[in-house]
Amino acid sequence: MEYQAKELFAKHGVATTLGVVVQTADEAKAAAEQIGGVTVVKAQVKAGGRGKAGGVKLAKTPDEAFEHASNILGMEIKGLTVNRVLVTPATPPVEEYYFSFLLDRSNRSYLCIASVEGGVEIEEVAKTNPEAVRQIPVDAGTGVDEAKARAIVEEAKFPAELADQAVTLVQALWKVFVEEDATLVEVNPLARLDGDRLEALDGKVSLDDNASEFRHPEHEDFVIHEEADPLEAKAKAKGLNYVKLDGEVGIIGNGAGLVMSTLDVVAYAGEKHGNVKPANFLDIGGGASAEVMANGLDVILNDPQVKSVFVNVFGGITSCDAVANGIKGALELLGDEATKPLVVRLDGNNVDEGRAILDEMNHPLVTQVDTMDGAADKAAELANG
Amino acid sequence: MSIFLNKDSKVIVQGITGGEGSKHTARMLAAGTQVVGGVNARKAGTTVTHTDASGAEVELPVFGTVAEAIAQTGADVSVAFVPPAFTQDAVVEAIDAEIPLLVIITEGVPVQDSAEFWAYAQGKKTRIIGPNCPGIITPGEALAGITPANIAGKGPIGLVSKSGTLTYQMMFELRDFGFSTAIGIGGDPIIGTTHIDALEAFEADPETKAIVMIGEIGGDAEEKAAAYIKEHVTKPVVGYVAGFTAPEGKTMGHAGAIVSDGAGTAQGKKEALEAAGVKVGKTPSETAELMRAILNG
Repeated sequence: MEYQAKELFAKHGVATTLGVVVQTADEAKAAAEQIGGVTVVKAQVKAGGRGKAGGVKLAKTPDEAFEHASNILGMEIKGLTVNRVLVTPATPPVEEYYFSFLLDRSNRSYLCIASVEGGVEIEEVAKTNPEAVRQIPVDAGTGVDEAKARAIVEEAKFPAELADQAVTLVQALWKVFVEEDATLVEVNPLARLDGDRLEALDGKVSLDDNASEFRHPEHEDFVIHEEADPLEAKAKAKGLNYVKLDGEVGIIGNGAGLVMSTLDVVAYAGEKHGNVKPANFLDIGGGASAEVMANGLDVILNDPQVKSVFVNVFGGITSCDAVANGIKGALELLGDEATKPLVVRLDGNNVDEGRAILDEMNHPLVTQVDTMDGAADKAAELANG
Repeated sequence: MSIFLNKDSKVIVQGITGGEGSKHTARMLAAGTQVVGGVNARKAGTTVTHTDASGAEVELPVFGTVAEAIAQTGADVSVAFVPPAFTQDAVVEAIDAEIPLLVIITEGVPVQDSAEFWAYAQGKKTRIIGPNCPGIITPGEALAGITPANIAGKGPIGLVSKSGTLTYQMMFELRDFGFSTAIGIGGDPIIGTTHIDALEAFEADPETKAIVMIGEIGGDAEEKAAAYIKEHVTKPVVGYVAGFTAPEGKTMGHAGAIVSDGAGTAQGKKEALEAAGVKVGKTPSETAELMRAILNG
């Protein structure tokens, strides 16, 4: 969110004004009083177009800040509920620019995008005035030193009288990008204020989870737990790779690609069964132990939307008998809490042994189907019951 | 024939003494691979003992560096099972030692590390596969990675995929035909060998008669591959793309599997492939049927 991006900007010496983040209208009023003068009340959600949605308002007085905050808090922007507003001094920009560093997947390197036309979404500028959007490749091996920063500033055509300031700011933003292991550092608008001061008025930073994991434990503080989906939070606490979706067929599988494919196959099958859809993405990884399987089933069975569960496992490194024992153990662990029908498809290593274990268990909730397509169809049918 | 890996390949394992490294060294040997040693700076001079495909015990030397391992064994392939925090160093070491092929299995490598070692690898002698991949298998000859060796045997199909388990699934579906080489290129945003590199190699490989290409949401690798196929690939290609139901802005398991701002969708990739004349299956089994029809035709 904006206020978090600004914290990272400030940490690395990017000129910005932090403001005050609050969760109630009363606090917004107090913040406006403390700041003094005209303030801006800005909705804090992870979405662009907040201004257009009515989530950014100018407040001449603390009472106006109170009023705006009470309107903005609780509103929905692009499906996200606003739980926080940022109150900052109103600093009307003389000019608005755009600047970002990002990962360039396509070229397996980094890219800098800069424009003297900012303040609106850069995709819009790219459509209406593509000439004004400069894309400058950044070599991942050599990065951005002062000379490169100066070259960027020249290429971007930022005003000459601001060049030195811009070079300093570009270097500071590069520090944010590299030292925080970001995949995107965006400033929009990068504002030219009265007195020819350059400042990051709004921004966005996307961080790399892989790097945060062991290099930046402090990034955990940016996660706002109460805004996470409760099932996603529960899954995360158990170390599961889970994404909640809007559907009725719970999905458990091994391997990200196979699970994504399973969601698609279930959605196709659902077209014949009342349009039921997959309820989640859940990858239990290569080693499907009883405990991991039980944790996964526990999360999925607690999703009130779920009506049936499809367990789709290809025994590769893990053999099917181990997976079958995992399912058996999970159902024993869950006992009466397991209440929804399970369709299981096992294939691959030791498939006969795996299927035999489930046959022998003869659990009333478990149906085995030999193929992925057939099992998806069965799970969709049961969810439509 | 095959691509990138064959029965003469001499394989070393970076991280041979670790849990995963040890487990998969045993599996690679059992699959008939010539594993000739490993690397761990702290255990240089020791050996590890495993069983090869014939059931005989083999004692593998552990070296302090990749360069030393190459000098002593003539290794030309390294498979890295090192934790994410040490992957970049391990990769740079392998590149400096000029190993011809480096397979990085490790999942969870910071993407800036990958960007940096990819930049470092430019103009050097090492082909990189991965990271976050199952590696490469030439059935009946050699395995450099973690793909189960007993799913399918040798045959006319070349397979390239971002996903490990979808590779296994597709090999299983088409086990009646078999594979020249199956390569999992990895699910990270930045990877070494791409779909295009594999397509180029399969096109040049006389043993490969047809190609299965498996993609997933995120990035534009499939779209680029489609353009490449149209221009340069004469062999039949069948495609599959996973992630039609993935919501925007959510990472689906693989770090690179994300639809952002409407780009990288499965639908867009499917359309690009079809426009290049590639038949795209709706499900893995339908994809296998399309391949079967081509090979039986």
